[in-house]
Parts: sequence; structure tokens; C-alpha cells
Amino acid sequence: MQRFSFFQLALNALDRHRSWPAFWRAAAPRESYDTVIVGAGGHGLATAYYLAKNHGITDVAVLEKGWLGGGNTGRNTTIIRSNYLWDESAHLYEHALKLWEGLSTELNLNVMLSQRGVLNLAHNLHDVREGVRRVQANRLNGIDAEWLSPEQVKEFCPIIDIDARRRHPVLGATLQRRGGVARHDAVAWGYARAADARGVDIVQNCEVTGIDVENGRITGLQTTRGAIRARRVGLVAAGHSSVLAGMAGFRLPVQSHPLQALVSEPIKPILDCVVMSNAVHVYVSQSDKGELVMGAGIDAFNSYAQRGSFHVIEHQMGALLELFPIFSRLRMMRTWGGIVDVCPDASPIIGRTPVDGLFINCGWGTGGFKATPGSGWVFAHTIATGEPHPLNAPFRLDRFTSGALIDEHGAAAVAH
Amino acid sequence: MTGYRLPAGGAVDRTRPLGFTFDGRDRSGFAGDTLASALIAAGVRVVGRSFKYHRPRGIYSAGPEEPSALVQLGRGPWSEPNVRATQVDLYAGLEASPVNVWPSLRFDAGAINQFLSPLLVAGFYYKTFLGPRGWWRRVYEPAIRRMAGMGKAPDEPDPDLYDHAHVHADLLVVGAGPAGLAAARAAAAAGIRVVLADDGAQAGGDLLTSSATIEGRPGAAWAAETAAALGAMSDVTVLSRTTVLGLYDHGYAVAVERRTDHRPPGACPGHARQRVWHVRAARTIVAAGSHERPLLFAGNDRPGVMLSGAVRTYARRFGVACGRSPVFVTNNDSAYVAAIALADAGVPPVALVDLRPVPPPAASKALADRGVEILAGRVPVAVHGRAGVRGIDVRALDGDRTTGSLRRLECDLVAVSGGWNPAVHLLGQLRAGLTWDEAHATFRPETLPAGLAVAGAAGGTFSLAGCIAAGHAAGEDASAAARGRGGRRPVPATAPEEEAETPLLPFWGLSQGSRGKAFVDLQNDVTAADIALAAREGFHSVEHVKRYTTSGMGTDQGKLGNVTTVALLSRALARPMGETGTTTYRAPYVPVAYGALAGRHVGALFDPERITPIHARHVAAHAVFENVGQWKRPHYFPRNAEDMARAVERECRAVRGAVGMMDASTLGKIEVRGPDAARFLDRFYVNPIASLVVGACRYGVMCREDGMVFDDGVVMRLAPDRFFVTTTTGGAARVLDWFEEWHQTEWPELKVFSTSVTEQWATVAVAGPRSRDVLARLMPEADLSAAAFAFMTFRDVTVAGMPARLARVSFSGELAFEISVEGTLGEAMWDAVAEAGAPFGITPYGTEAMHVLRAEKGFFMVGHETDGTVTPIDLGLERMVAKRKDFLGKRSLSRDDTARSDRKQLVALLPDDPGTLLDEGAQLVDEAVLRTPMPMVGHVTSSYRSAALGRTFALALIRNGRARIGERVYAPLVRPAAGEMMVSAVIAEPVLYDPSGARRDG
Ligand SMILES: Cc1cc2nc3c(=O)[nH]c(=O)nc-3n(C[C@H](O)[C@H](O)[C@H](O)COP(=O)(O)OP(=O)(O)OC[C@H]3O[C@@H](n4cnc5c(N)ncnc54)[C@H](O)[C@@H]3O)c2cc1C
Repeated sequence: MQRFSFFQLALNALDRHRSWPAFWRAAAPRESYDTVIVGAGGHGLATAYYLAKNHGITDVAVLEKGWLGGGNTGRNTTIIRSNYLWDESAHLYEHALKLWEGLSTELNLNVMLSQRGVLNLAHNLHDVREGVRRVQANRLNGIDAEWLSPEQVKEFCPIIDIDARRRHPVLGATLQRRGGVARHDAVAWGYARAADARGVDIVQNCEVTGIDVENGRITGLQTTRGAIRARRVGLVAAGHSSVLAGMAGFRLPVQSHPLQALVSEPIKPILDCVVMSNAVHVYVSQSDKGELVMGAGIDAFNSYAQRGSFHVIEHQMGALLELFPIFSRLRMMRTWGGIVDVCPDASPIIGRTPVDGLFINCGWGTGGFKATPGSGWVFAHTIATGEPHPLNAPFRLDRFTSGALIDEHGAAAVAH
Repeated sequence: MTGYRLPAGGAVDRTRPLGFTFDGRDRSGFAGDTLASALIAAGVRVVGRSFKYHRPRGIYSAGPEEPSALVQLGRGPWSEPNVRATQVDLYAGLEASPVNVWPSLRFDAGAINQFLSPLLVAGFYYKTFLGPRGWWRRVYEPAIRRMAGMGKAPDEPDPDLYDHAHVHADLLVVGAGPAGLAAARAAAAAGIRVVLADDGAQAGGDLLTSSATIEGRPGAAWAAETAAALGAMSDVTVLSRTTVLGLYDHGYAVAVERRTDHRPPGACPGHARQRVWHVRAARTIVAAGSHERPLLFAGNDRPGVMLSGAVRTYARRFGVACGRSPVFVTNNDSAYVAAIALADAGVPPVALVDLRPVPPPAASKALADRGVEILAGRVPVAVHGRAGVRGIDVRALDGDRTTGSLRRLECDLVAVSGGWNPAVHLLGQLRAGLTWDEAHATFRPETLPAGLAVAGAAGGTFSLAGCIAAGHAAGEDASAAARGRGGRRPVPATAPEEEAETPLLPFWGLSQGSRGKAFVDLQNDVTAADIALAAREGFHSVEHVKRYTTSGMGTDQGKLGNVTTVALLSRALARPMGETGTTTYRAPYVPVAYGALAGRHVGALFDPERITPIHARHVAAHAVFENVGQWKRPHYFPRNAEDMARAVERECRAVRGAVGMMDASTLGKIEVRGPDAARFLDRFYVNPIASLVVGACRYGVMCREDGMVFDDGVVMRLAPDRFFVTTTTGGAARVLDWFEEWHQTEWPELKVFSTSVTEQWATVAVAGPRSRDVLARLMPEADLSAAAFAFMTFRDVTVAGMPARLARVSFSGELAFEISVEGTLGEAMWDAVAEAGAPFGITPYGTEAMHVLRAEKGFFMVGHETDGTVTPIDLGLERMVAKRKDFLGKRSLSRDDTARSDRKQLVALLPDDPGTLLDEGAQLVDEAVLRTPMPMVGHVTSSYRSAALGRTFALALIRNGRARIGERVYAPLVRPAAGEMMVSAVIAEPVLYDPSGARRDG
């Protein structure tokens, strides 16, 4: 792998950048692999990277039906935080956040982690109670968390309107200073490049169309680029997880919904943190290019089309202007959608499946980008050892039968 | 200074000069100008700087595809960033300034990036800024961020109004150029409902600039007459200054109409500045025209390089010459039309450079007749001049290399045409299939979803007669479909046939032999070399290339550069264009103001505010309100500058000691009716409902499928087939949805209707030992004794002369009644109760007192004690949970984890210091000394000061709590002054007040 550095950049400028090698090989699928990962999103690519790096397993292919990183990884609003309510989630996301903090160095590619702080606003007494509860839980779990009064919110983010006469006034907020955003594409590209360098084949334009199971054990996959044998397979297909599970003959308690996001035209920096509001329902940050990046709730219907309904966007604009009346004359430049895989308890499923040798990592719904490094780390462990890592043990599929749910929906009610 | 106003011509009103300022200098234009045409006429060349290299840039186009001429428009609260000067109608006093320059347009510090440009290639930031640790956050990113953005956000709220309109039609026609007008006319003639929307202030599209005639009339006049005739028809809606932003499934389209932007700020008080149209049309015809494509050569971004069609538009429509000595450069016929137009306007081009070896015969003769030199088979290799074109070097073209000697043409304007891209954006949003059209070297729509048609240049038809014919046919088809009849009538409007086109020569820049930057995306400064670099580095998907190079990610969303990007990538990978394909098209077609999208749904109307029929009384009583869902509920009623604690204490004492009254109208109310109503409800509540007798009430709890408590309330049986259900205030809609979902999807065989009646009733709760006395004054004849009117029964009675439903229910543990009347009688009943209660000191109380009272009794509250993870058993309701009947969530209650005996359970907490109030939400631990991480055993769900108990207390969910009564737990709290502290408290039975229930019957 050609190292990236300022020195290399300057050196390559001498021949007008004609000698840079490809980030990854355009690999064609081989007939057989030890391990195949389905889905070259951030989670799948990170899994492949940690399989190679942490477990020495390099006979690995990552199969992607489109272009790598083109799923939710390349469509999300990139909010990163670890201030989840329940211990199980907090530990998993905090592990991911710690990995994020060293990720640019680890991958030798700048993923532009920008820890500018994440505010979760409270707009009613219920929000306040739940915010305080989450802050306290985070602190006892060793995760940085603060509760801010409306005045402190204003100090941290001066352009928020905290006028008590607003329809849903700001009554306070939780703040995680280590939270922030990152460059989503860079994460996919960084993991892909680093995994490729360790020998992993990343096969794009290769859709999995069937899963071969014999006597309850995985034997291989059918794809649009031919059959591929594999000893172990990890499914990391986000919005299409249920489809793949169906191919293997089991069902998931997952619903697929469109989730939209949008950006404004680029404007000079004005918002220096991430602001999320659940009651008013919008969240927004400003990218290093100057665009305001925002999103809100899922479209209520189930769908596999990567676009959503206009009224959802209109509604979130009202919410945006509630918080930031000065944004009214700014313009929305682009909208898009992804398909999110939502579990009944809003927590992921990471672990074994009813088929031997077949593992699944899904259900991240509206908030899995932040978990990308941690998810890959624990999933690689699960695939390599056949047993869950302690961090993902609670996130087993059979929790929906045992009832040991990790309900981040009801309690914390913070999406993304 | 090169552009100027021609002595004659154009559709501007030369009798109405309009003063405006740009970059602080006074300028003047005419009514009918755009800001762009006025700036060019005023001789302004450099209007802005590009995003990355801060290269000086001029006006490039005349339409929505403009990448360079972005301005900051207006000032103060009206200030608006990144407005395309090409789309701003000039008005008197307009103020505009350039964006992304500091300290000034001429001396811009960011221009230093031009010297760093060898380093600042596509994706450079991924490869560097990697160390030392912490530097990205502290040094590099802040520096990059300082360079971010183009214009500035205003710093005051928007004074303008916006609104939304909805319209249903048989046909939506997008674009009122020749094709769109022909389509709308054909359809409207058949009597169907048509909406015709066009971007411009006048209909006509390309006809506004062309010299063509239709039916013997000048094109612009024909367009105006046709649009006027359409506008006069009752079933036709003609929307001008209206841009269709997006097409969605099932004939749904969204458009924005700019209603006052052509007037000075604040000139139209009370008028919506912009209106978002929601159009639902059975069919849609996209006649959105096409965009001209730039040519790729070194220096193709210099001020003075413009699209040739734009040069023609400025000359013919605005009477503005974009330069004194133009050179045209083209690979297709259209630039000839522009060059002739310029020559005829008195600005003879220096030369026309045609990349094709053989130019079109008739057109080149026409030009030659006007004395214009035609240089065929030549290509530009360099542009002279940094802040404005001074000349251009051309050389013979051989494939994608050059040969022969250089020839320098002195000029101040380079008008380019690289071919035309059909405006397929809206079609692409609906996933129309696009195909690569080799002849025009562009993507053209091929397969269209049902209900969608395309006409004119948007469909790849470029001749005027062809556009009219295509539009007419599409309009005929649409009306035939709407009326269920077939057949097309012949085209009434005709335009003269044009000379057959000489084929375009696709050209994607020289692969060798040119120095300097050739720009693909002018706004984001993406060069041909950047695209090649991306391809070399393994980015083979066009989506990857877009993201790696940022080509097409500017405010024009690649309207100019996308096809060129695709072509360069295809060339680098030796892959057919069609295989590379385009990036995904997404709404909006042009950027749209957030304010317009929000419409009237801002401020108080962002979320409807719901108030009870008694609200005015609470306002008069100086209540402090709390938002509960959409409702405004009195939180407490302070008297004489009382603080909340005092007011709540007084209200609680009144209820426990005498009598209080509360507005309970916000509780959700649903009438469930039908022969199967009892069976139906039985399936929702954990406790039996079917056994309820008429005239009785029962408190019930509902769970989700997962066995977790979801809502609660009182159920009354009005008749054998009629129930009246109350829900929590915030849960009313959710419960009704829940009923409907199960009824419609799982149990359609049940004969039952659920109807929301929340707003139909007003309810006054009267609670306290003297409540019976108050009621007795209101209904002297009635026997209200506990024996005659038992707890948990109700009856329909007359109270204070009003028909009312009187129920004996209690949420405070005291003797209590709830009087429900028709909503309109709410105030009258409130007043009657207040008057009757006066002798007993009746006191209105709010939600906070209600909470204290219910918590003293250990009554849980949905949303406080429940959070979607709490079962009825966790709440101590096991006796309520029916054993024999089935209900939603029942099976889940027996799952391993749900059936555990050591789950978190509802208990009370008594802080060791009776004056210390625990924080609601505080976590609880078993150890007195703080450490992290630390295992948590539960949390505080509600916490109050109790007058009745003479101390603070709390409710909490604690792991295995019921087995731990009497044990001590600790709550780590953060206090602003004291910092971290530990508060100890003892676990207690949840019912702290009147555990025997003696007070219920008074
Ligand atoms: C609009 C939006 C905003 C979001 N905002 C945030 C946020 O702010 N913060 C946050 O943490 N999370 C956010 N998320 C969620 C986050 O994006 C996802 O949870 C996360 O990126 C999932 O990563 P992944 O690698 O599992 O999935 P993906 O990136 O979707 O990767 C799955 C891949 O599987 C491929 N695939 C599917 N089926 C097949 C098949 N049969 N064969 C081969 N390949 C297949 C897909 O093409 C895709 O590339 C958001 C999501 C969306 C849509």
C-alpha cells in the first residue's frame, strides 16, 4: 500500500499526480473463499479489515451488488456519538468511538473525524427527565456527558433560538463533546483500501442472489458473477438484510424503511456543532465544505426504493426553522434517501444465525454509521471465533425470543 | 470592461432605467433585465471567485445552470446567499455583492490557493493532515473550515411569508417553451384540466431568444399569445416564475413559484414571497428543454468564456453584447445561430472555430456572408488573460491531439458550445431509463414510467418544428388518455423547416498537448486531470468519481459538467458511455428556500396548538402552561407571585384537605361501538373488559406485543355494544391508530368502530373530601352517597342544568368526581363548579399537583414510570393481569427475560434527608462511593415534595426492588454549585399515602 502523507502528496505533485496507485484492486471473484462478507458498506469493509488484521484471516472476499460504500454508508448524515442509555449499547458505541479517535492513523487515510460536540435538545419536561437520565447513565459508564441549561445551550450554539415563547421551547440539552461527524465516503474507502492491502478481494457489481445451505450449514453463495463457495459468510446488507435472510431460509424482526437526508448550498461556517432534536424532529450539522447536512425521521411505509416522500422533508423544515429561524432564506440543494433496517428495539443484531457458518450484522437502522469501526471489530471476532465478543453478546438474534431487548427506542428515543 | 448595451434590440424597457449596486458600486440597468444581463451591460466581468482555487470568474450562462455568478443578494434580514445572478430579475435598489471573496473581489486572499494548486488535486485532503496527533482537530480542520462555503447566512429571522398550494389536474406540463406550449394547447383544447408551469417570467423558453417564426408570427409573440389564450381558459392554470423541483410517484409534482422576488424586499407586505405548489396530475409532460454544454480546454473558466447560447440570449433578449470581439468555438451547429445573431446585432465575431473538419454549408455561408472567418477542424489550446479573456490560441485538431501551428485570435469573449444535454433531471428523479445518444453525444430519455411523457429538447428533439410536433402529440395523447379516447389531431402550429444538422463532433478535451487547467465543474474547480486521477486511483463508478472529485456537487448539481465527467471517466477506462451511466438525479431541480418548504408551518403553526374549551379560564387565572403532546395544559396556578413549589403545595393541600378542580379535557377519548366492541377491547387490555356491566367503569392497561405497557385509562360501558375509552393525553392518537391497525389488519371480521371524541367533551375533575358537597350544590336532588353512587360507576345526569356524564373515578386517592359535558359547555360547567365550590375554598390545580397526588398514592404515569421496557408486573399490577383471557402482549410476558423475578420494579424512595429532592432521571447505585464505571440498579422516575407526607419522596424502578424494601440506594447527582454528590435514600412500598384506601369514599 502506498502510504499517504503530505510528503507523498508533494512528491507526486512533481509528476502531476500521474503515479498514484489505485486505492484497491478491481478484484474479480474467485471460486472459493474461506470467508465471504456480503455488503461492502462501512460495516462489511470494517469486518473484512479486522478479520485480516486482528485474526489473520485474509482469504476473504467482500461482495457488493453496486459500488462500495454506496449503501447507507454513503448516504448518512454521519453523526457520531456514544451517549446511549443502556449499558450494552453504551459499551458497544463507546468502543466504536475510541476506534474512531485513532481511525485516520490506523487506516492511513483522513476520515475527517470532527469532534465538534453533539447536542440533543429537550423541549418538554419528559425530554428533560430522559435527558438527565441518559447523562447520568453515561457518566456512570465513563462516557463524557453533560446536561446544559437553555442558556448554556445558547452559549454552546449561539444561533439556536431558545426563546421560551416558541412553540416547543428549548428546555435544555445533553451534550457529548467527543461526539461529532466524519466523512462517510472516506470511511468506506479507507477500510476498503486497508483491507485490500491485506489481501482481501473487494468485488463490486456482484449481487448475491442465493445462499447455499446443506444440512443446516452454509456452503456458498450464488451471485450475479457466478457461484462462490465459502466456509463462513457474514451478511452485512443493512436495508436488504431481510432479503438475504430469506435466501437462507430464516426471518428477521427487521423492517426496511426509507430515511431521507438533505444538504443546503454551501455557506460560510455558522454552525459549529451537531444539533439533534427529537421532539421537534430534525438534526443538523455543517460540513467542512459549508453545507448544512440534515435529516429527520423515517418514512412510515416499508420500501426498498432509495427515496422518500416530500412531505417528510417539508415537515422537517418547519422543525429546522423552529430552532434556527435565520436559516429560512438558505436553500436546500439536494435530497436523497437510504433504506434503513429497523429492529423493534432500535438496537442491532450481531451474531450467529440458525444456519451454521452464517453470521449476521444488521438492524442498525437510522444510527449505525457511528458504530462502523466497533461493529466491524466485534463482527470479525464473532466470525473468526464462532463466538460473540463480550461487547456484542447481548445483541444476539434470539433476544427477540427471550425478551432480553435493548430498547433504545422507547427509553432514550434518540435516533441516529 | 467589455460587455455593453447594444443601441437597440432586446425585450428590456429602455425607458425604465433601474439603479442597483454590485460590490458596493452603483450601476444601472433596465426593467426586464436580469442581474446578470445588467452586470454584463455595465461592463462587469469578474463577478465572483471559485470555491477551491478562488479563480476569478464571470457570468457563464443565462439560466439555472449557472455555476459561477453566485451573489449575496439583499441585506439584513433579506440577505440571501448564493443566488444565481442569471435568475434574478432586476428591480430598483437591488443590492448584490460577490461571495467567497476576502477582503475583496479584486484582491482575494484565497487566491493563494492557485499557487498551491499542484497540491490541491482531487481528494488531497484524504491523503494528508494525518498527523501529528490532535493537529487535524486543532489546526488543519479549522483552517479548512475557514475556506468553506460560498455566501453567508443572514443573521436575522426571515421577514417574509411563504405558503403552500395544492392543485389537482389531468395534466401537468413542465416548461412553456414551444414543446410545452404546443402540449398544453392541444390538451386544453380537448377540455381537460391542465397546469402549465414555467421557470421564466414569460412563456416561450427558447422562443424568447430565437428569430424563428411560428404560424407566421415571431416566436416570442406566438408564445405570449398562446400562453395568454391558455391562461384565459377556466380549466388551465398557467404558472410563471414557477420551477418544478421534483417529480414523485403517482403523478405527484412539487414546484416553487417566486411571487415577489422580482420586487424590492418588503415591497409586497402580506404577500407570500414564494409558494410551493403540490400538483397531483394524472399525467405529466416534461418539456423542460436542454442545457448547453461547455467545451473542455485549458482556461475554459476565464471570465469572458461563456456558453454561446447565453451570448445569443443576452444579445437578443436583453440587448446586451457580452463582448466587443467575440470568438465562437463549437462542435455543433447551434453556435452558428448565435454567431449570426451577434453579427446581426452589430457585433461581428472575430471568427468561428468549428472542431469539425467540415462545417454546415448553409450556416457557414450565412456567417461568411457577414464577414466572419470560419476556422474548421481547429480547437482551442489556451486562453490568454487571467481576469478576462484577451485572446485564444487555436490549433488544428487530429482526433484528440493537435497538430500544426498555433494561431492566436485576439478577442474579449469566447462563446463555446459543446453540444446540448436534454434536461432529463426530472425524468431521472423518477428513474426514467436514459440511453446514450451517439449522434448528439448526450443522454436522452428512453423508457418512461407510466403517466410520464417527454417532449421537445428534453426528449432529444432539437428542431423547432420537431419540438412543436412532439409537444402537440404528447398533449393529444394526454387528453385522449384523460378522456378515455384515442386518436391525434394534426399539429395546427407549424414552424419553417430548418437545414438538416451537420453531425456534432463529440469532444472531451485533448488527451495531450495542452497545458493549464481545463475545468469540468467550474464551481468546485474540478478539472479534467482530476477525473483522470480518480479513474487511475480505482474510482470506476461514476458515483465514486463524483464523490472523490466533487464534480457535480456544487449548487448547479452538475447541470453543466455531469456529461463531461461521464465522458472523461469512460475515456479513461475505455468503456462505453452508456455503461458508465449518470449519477442519480435527485430533487430539487434547483435549490429551494427552506422557508418555502416550511410554508406556513412555522412559529406557532409549526405544530398545531391544542387548547381545551376551558382554556380561557386558565389564562385568566394566570396559569403557567405545560406542553403535553400538542396540548397546552395548566402546569400550576400561581397566586400572588408564588413560585412553582409554593403553588403546587397549596394546590395539593386544597385537594387533600378540602376540594380542588382540574381541567381533565385533554385526556384522549375514544368511543368504541358495535356488536363486537366488548370482544375487541378485551384483546387490548390486560384486564377483563367484557365483564364490565353497563354503568360501570374500569381502569385498564394496554401493552404492545412485546408485553410492555403502552397506555392506560378508564373504560366505561355505555351500552352492551358501546364503550367509552379514555387514554393518556399524549397517547390518544397512538391508541386510536393501534385499535385501527389491529382491526384493519388482523381482525377485520370484528364488527366495531372506533371514533375519536376527544374534542367533543370537556371534563372537569372535582377531587377532595368536600367534592361531594360541591356536587350536591350543583345537583341537589341526586343521592351522591357512596352507597347510592359507588366508586367506579358513572351515570348520565343533569349538573347545574347541563346534561352531563358524572363518573366516580379518582386519580388522587381522594373522593372525586369527573363531570363531562359537551365541549361547548366546558366553560359554563367550570364556572358552575367554581361557584358551587367557593364556600369550600375550591382550588384549581394543574398537572404538577396532579402528579404529586398520584405519586403519593403510588399510581404510575405512562412516560414517567414506563418507557417501553416496563411490564404491568414490573409496575406491581400482577393482580390486574388476566389469567384466563388472551390479550396483546400476553405471550411476551412469559418469555424468559420478561418473566424474570428480578426485573426492575416500581418502588418508592425516601431520601434520608427529607428535604433533599432527587432529580427525576437520576440513576441509582448500590455503593455510597462514586467510581466509574459503576453498575446501575435503577433510576428515579418521578420525584416531588409532598405536603401530605411532610417530606420529599420519589418513585423509582429498581432491579429486584420489591424484594429490597427498606434497603438503601444512592443517587449520584450533579449540582451546579456543589458538583458531584451522593444522595442516599431508602426503598419503600410505592403507596405512601393512605395505603388502606380509606379516603376514596370520602
Ligand atoms: C439518510 C440516512 C441518515 C443516517 N444518519 C446517520 C447518522 O447521522 N449517524 C449514524 O450513526 N447513522 C446514520 N444512518 C445509519 C447508517 O447509515 C447505517 O446504519 C450504516 O451506514 C450501515 O452501514 P452498513 O455498512 O451496515 O450498510 P450499507 O452501507 O447500507 O451497506 C450495505 C451494503 O450491502 C449491499 N448489498 C445489499 N444487498 C446485497 C446483495 N444481495 N448482494 C451484495 N451486496 C448487497 C448494499 O448495496 C450496500 O452497499 C443514516 C442512514 C440514512 C439512510
